[in-house]
Amino acid sequence: MNALINATLFPPKKLRVATTSLAGCFGCHMSFLDIDERILKLIELIEFDRSPLTDIKHCGPCDLGLIEGGLCNAENVHVLREFRTHCKILVAVGACAINGGLPAQRNHLDLRDVLEEVYQTEPGLSHGGVPNDPELPLPLNKVHPIHEVVKVDYFLPGCPPPADAIWKFLTDLLAGRTPTLGHGLLHYD
Amino acid sequence: MKTSNSEVSVQANAREARVKADRPAETKANNIFQLDGEDIPFRPGQTIMQAATHHGTYIPHLCWHPDFSAHGSCKLCTVKVNGRFGSSCTIAAQPGLDVENRTAELDDKRRTLLQMLFVEGNHFCPSCEKSGNCALQATAYELNMMSPHFDMFYPDRPVDASHPDILLDFNRCIMCALCVAASRDVDGKNIFYMGGRGLLGRRVHISSESGKLADTDFAVTDRAASICPVGVILPKRKGFAVPIGQRTYDLAPISKQVRDTTP
Repeated sequence: MNALINATLFPPKKLRVATTSLAGCFGCHMSFLDIDERILKLIELIEFDRSPLTDIKHCGPCDLGLIEGGLCNAENVHVLREFRTHCKILVAVGACAINGGLPAQRNHLDLRDVLEEVYQTEPGLSHGGVPNDPELPLPLNKVHPIHEVVKVDYFLPGCPPPADAIWKFLTDLLAGRTPTLGHGLLHYD
Repeated sequence: MKTSNSEVSVQANAREARVKADRPAETKANNIFQLDGEDIPFRPGQTIMQAATHHGTYIPHLCWHPDFSAHGSCKLCTVKVNGRFGSSCTIAAQPGLDVENRTAELDDKRRTLLQMLFVEGNHFCPSCEKSGNCALQATAYELNMMSPHFDMFYPDRPVDASHPDILLDFNRCIMCALCVAASRDVDGKNIFYMGGRGLLGRRVHISSESGKLADTDFAVTDRAASICPVGVILPKRKGFAVPIGQRTYDLAPISKQVRDTTP
């Protein structure tokens, strides 16, 4: 009886989770949603703070931050630092957050050449000039993985990580275990 | 236990046979060493790596291949032999050796070696045709490498697509020099060599005057064309013949696929 009253009056505190996509394609978020009906079980254990799923613009104090994508512009760095300040545990989710991934393919090219080719010289495009609105975050010279800028507590590889890997990772973490993936779930591709 | 080989004299053979007949158990015990507490039988002349592979026991490695003499450069096969570090691909198996292999200490060091390889090159698995068949990737899975840990180098290494049948993507070279050995020892062509200086420059090069593969007599049927453990030497027009998810190391981890022919 006491247990029942306790459970009703003092439900276990939900873990507060923030997620974001930096220089990513939202594929990792899509894979997260691929846990399908298990999200109902998950939502009993967690609540979302800043995330594309909630549209909250800034991150409050959180237990867990999931970062998709690497760093390709100044805004990415600000967002990442905000997450690191507010999240007890920060996780690099997916290939781009871990090693730069697809956006990092521009790293051996000169940034000015890339912008000029895309906006001015490439045939078939409107040649409107390189965008220069003050609202636009400036691109970084090179794309970087997030562990080069902040301390990252866990890495969840994959392009994207399979839904089962995300589920295994989160349930391990929620249960207080060190997350382990093992063969079949640990993938770099 | 097979002990005879062509060099052993007839007399020695006869003596061995007598010893065998007298004390079969002891003779057998003489050609055994311990690998992580497991008995590994060996033939005299075999290295620790050869004996373990023949026995089906996995020692992580990248530059060793059963068909070629040991290169000893990747250091991933480092084991502790009677308490001292050494490369299992070059150390001869001896009776009674106590070899540590898959200990946390050694696997931690191996993982660090892998992480250094991953940041030195451009190893982007999602866009690599070798993904799933790649020894570097499979070894990193086996050793639970979750991140590159170090800062990325992103070296600039243009690909060589000059050859009609073969694409060379130097971004993935791990300097195992297996293509060098295959082209030299099997094909007799000496097309590949290790060259360049420093971490960013060192990789396999082509020995033609132009440095291009098209200007060599390299053929898709060469042994060197199929030896690369990573995705540097790739046949053209064969992309994704086997889908991702059904490839060699998708089916079972590399440690469960140890055979005499294991690359």
